[in-house]
Amino acid sequence: MIEVHNIHKSFDGVKVLDGISGVFETGKTNLLLGASGTGKSVLLKCIVGLIKPDIGSVTFDGTYFTNNKLGIKQEIRRKIGMLFQSSALFDSMTVEKNIEFPLKMLGDMEKDERIDRVNTVLKRVGLEGANKKMPSELSGGMKKRVGIARAIAPHCTYLFCDEPNSGLDPLTALKIDELIKEITEEYGITTIIVTHDMNSVIEIGDKIFFLFKGKKLWEGTRDAIMDTDVKELNEFIFSNRLMRDAKKIEDEEEQQEVNGNNR
Amino acid sequence: MLQHFGKYLLFMSTLFSRGESPRILFNRTMDEAIIIGINSIFIVAIVSTFIGAVTSVQISYNLDNAFIPRSTIGFMVREMTLLELAPTITSIVLAGKVGSSIAGGLGTMQITEQVDALEVMGINSTSYLVLPKVIASILVFPMLVILAMFLSIGGGFIAGTLTGEISQQEYISGIRSDFIPYNVVFALIKSVVFAFLISSISSFKGYYTSGGALEVGQASTGAVTNSVIAILVADFVLANLLL
Repeated sequence: MIEVHNIHKSFDGVKVLDGISGVFETGKTNLLLGASGTGKSVLLKCIVGLIKPDIGSVTFDGTYFTNNKLGIKQEIRRKIGMLFQSSALFDSMTVEKNIEFPLKMLGDMEKDERIDRVNTVLKRVGLEGANKKMPSELSGGMKKRVGIARAIAPHCTYLFCDEPNSGLDPLTALKIDELIKEITEEYGITTIIVTHDMNSVIEIGDKIFFLFKGKKLWEGTRDAIMDTDVKELNEFIFSNRLMRDAKKIEDEEEQQEVNGNNR
Repeated sequence: MLQHFGKYLLFMSTLFSRGESPRILFNRTMDEAIIIGINSIFIVAIVSTFIGAVTSVQISYNLDNAFIPRSTIGFMVREMTLLELAPTITSIVLAGKVGSSIAGGLGTMQITEQVDALEVMGINSTSYLVLPKVIASILVFPMLVILAMFLSIGGGFIAGTLTGEISQQEYISGIRSDFIPYNVVFALIKSVVFAFLISSISSFKGYYTSGGALEVGQASTGAVTNSVIAILVADFVLANLLL
């Protein structure tokens, strides 16, 4: 379980996070939902320690993290796996080396054990046999899968995903979402996902935190989200639905055009 | 300016906190030494050979006094090579090649979140990425400068003898006359200082890149410009202090 308490963060006098608090439960996929520029990714980076909040604290299973001693922070960080928006795979390393990297740097596993673990997680994300490929040879979806494999390889307790389905087609995005959900339940880890996609909310969101202009305006389950009376959240859901409908019409028109050309 | 310098000093101090194990540091340093050293041999060889050749030809062009022995050409090529051309020109060339590569590489890692990925894993990204580059540069630059010394003097010999400006015996006699071993030590001290400046300044510029591809390009350009200026200032300071 991860608890954040009263997180504030400003950049050059501009307030990005304004007193965010919340509890992210173990074994569940917790979503940070909101439009672009609402501070979701900044909050995620504050939680994992990449950005230091101006005020506020984060605790991991009761252990204080934010301003704790370096040794304790390092211990917690070793339990963290993170999937970045750009996947952040190391360009100069093969898929195998990328996944082996945290095991080699942080663990005391022998080479054979590390390779076994690499093969296990690669199989888990559906990329068996991709060991020797370079990141430049992978598609966007495959990169995300390798990113997930690297995150879970050291048996992480906390999984963070920054817009895991951005830049992917709807089907691949759905598969990535499902994979994260399955892994969360299978390993019993605490997962926090940053997203602006309502599809993710419907498919995998156990608990949703809605952010607007740096503030948490709503939190609840996916069943409760449709009945909300928060104006900003309703507008967000509506705009998402409009976007989906527009995309659907566009896809149908494209399909009709293709069918017409084939005739 | 002062703010940047302060930030640079803070950056350098992070290299030595939360360091990796000696084995990992050794392996990373060897990898960087190969990238920085082996890949630079060709350009260093070409530049130093031609600079030696041109120096030899130009000195002989200016030596039209019958009372000055022709062996002076060899002597002057040696002195210019040891004191200035080999350490300084080689370092300026390396600032362009190695400096831009370091800044571009780190800048790209920064904007594609690879540096963040290291930090999330609990790895000190500066100690893992930058320290090996600095150590490798300090190890490899003197070797490249020694190579440049031999090739520059050799280039002067080939150019001088092929053009008929000086005989082989005169040139060899010139490079052997009044040799001061300290000049070689001075050149190697300079190469170590320049190596540190190029690798640390370029790493600093690359590490603090934010934005996109345009900013990576700007970081590379800034790394080369700042490194060259730092080399020239350090060259002047060292000449005053050590000669």
